[in-house]
Amino acid sequence: MPNKPSFSENISCGGQGSLPERLKKRSQLLQTLRAFFYARAVIEVDTPMLSQAGVPDVHLHSLFTDVRVPGETDRQRYYLHTSPEYPMKRLLCEGSGDIFYLGKVFRDGDLSPRHQVEFTMLEWYRIGFSMFDLMDEVVELIQAVLPEEWSVERLSYKQAFQRYAGIDDIGSATAQECMDCLNKHGVPEIVGVDEDDKALWEQLVLTEVIEAQLGQGAISVLYHYPARDAALAQISEEDPTVAERFEVFVNGMELANGYHELADAELYRQRFEASLAQRKGMALPSIPLDERLLQTLEDLPLPDCSGVALGVDRLFALQQGYEDIRQGIAFGLKDA
Amino acid sequence: MATYSTNEFKGGLKFLMDGQPCSIIENTIVQPGKGQAFNRVRYRNLVTGRVLEKTFKSGEKVDAADVVDTDLQYLYNDGEYWHFMDPESFEQYQAEEAAVADITKWLTEQDMCTVTLFNGQPISVTPPKQVTLEVVETDPGLKGDTAGTGGKPATLNTGAVVQVPLFVQIGEKVIVNTEKGEYVSRAK
Repeated sequence: MPNKPSFSENISCGGQGSLPERLKKRSQLLQTLRAFFYARAVIEVDTPMLSQAGVPDVHLHSLFTDVRVPGETDRQRYYLHTSPEYPMKRLLCEGSGDIFYLGKVFRDGDLSPRHQVEFTMLEWYRIGFSMFDLMDEVVELIQAVLPEEWSVERLSYKQAFQRYAGIDDIGSATAQECMDCLNKHGVPEIVGVDEDDKALWEQLVLTEVIEAQLGQGAISVLYHYPARDAALAQISEEDPTVAERFEVFVNGMELANGYHELADAELYRQRFEASLAQRKGMALPSIPLDERLLQTLEDLPLPDCSGVALGVDRLFALQQGYEDIRQGIAFGLKDA
Repeated sequence: MATYSTNEFKGGLKFLMDGQPCSIIENTIVQPGKGQAFNRVRYRNLVTGRVLEKTFKSGEKVDAADVVDTDLQYLYNDGEYWHFMDPESFEQYQAEEAAVADITKWLTEQDMCTVTLFNGQPISVTPPKQVTLEVVETDPGLKGDTAGTGGKPATLNTGAVVQVPLFVQIGEKVIVNTEKGEYVSRAK
């Protein structure tokens, strides 16, 4: 694959085997994934896709629909899940044990060779697993699916900046150093980012410089993301500047995102509220918080666990050598 | 002035960048799982023809460019401007040298061309895919050689020089592919 894959808008879906062949291979992949978990005594759960609450994260856009509920005069707003995380965590609190979800999730506005608005996600939670334990299991699962044995590279977020961007300590680097790095690597001009927005320039170094070099012909696992990108991951006990969060890249493509899960109900509320405040600042619509999740976390603490979400359409595209994930699904958004 | 937000970006969209009209070739959304989305855009500057790349933070806006492609008939060159006419409305347009510099060698009066107008002014001209031109200068070549093996340079009435088969003679008309600048056949 080239460094910066460039894809045409309309890749013929007829390439790479006939439709029946592709459907059969996809069916085999789903079977392989389920078998992987059955063999480890992880049970499948099919949590609801509709919820009265949404995800407050500013970068995720939930679709919604208005449901006729008997006894209610007005239609009630329900959000389609962007991931099964919240109901799965409620189940974990209720004592479900190890669980996985394999099914559709929805993210409004995401459409590209690597995105579909409706896509298939594999998400699983392992009780008693550290972040590193789960990283190993994710790699094992990917190895079980990809046609050949790929080498594995594990490195911390900080090490990735050292190795691939030549930035010694990204934590203390300035916005200007990030901009210089982008220039040095010949990245095209960036439009619309404030000069002093270090976090965003740092993200651009990651996506434009590092990811392009990551995992070319290898599985790369990046861990210990900055604490500000913790989302719902725990902050490291050894180093409070980093979160116990990891991402997996194959051929430079982000494939999975995992956490050593935050347990404290109060911290959940704080992070949700912070996201809502951010939404307000960005003039994005507010979104009802999942009070049921928050209540459950308070009443029945979340067992110590790690969880990860993996894009199945991307995994299938990697396995089959598709350039657009649409080639591996029956009908893409525009054909549905 | 009309604007386009990044979520309206797609191939063929015409917009202004540093005052120059541009056309999007390819728009790719870069959306990290948890992070700001960007649009990676390859586009062509319609004046210079150069292909460039820029990455826009999603939500950024660009000004729309008033650019249209229209079929016009080439009339004549007055030494400074190249004149074109809409054969239906008879409206005339004059193109500066910069708009036609690369293609004057294919222009024959009365031929229909695709003219790109920016704010009503021609900024580039695409000649017909095939044009018929007269050979004004070439080596006599070998009589009786009709196999067409090898070739020789021939100067055409517009000043263009193309490789032609040995049997082509001065005064003959030939058909030329303007995209490749290659001889196609003799004109009947």
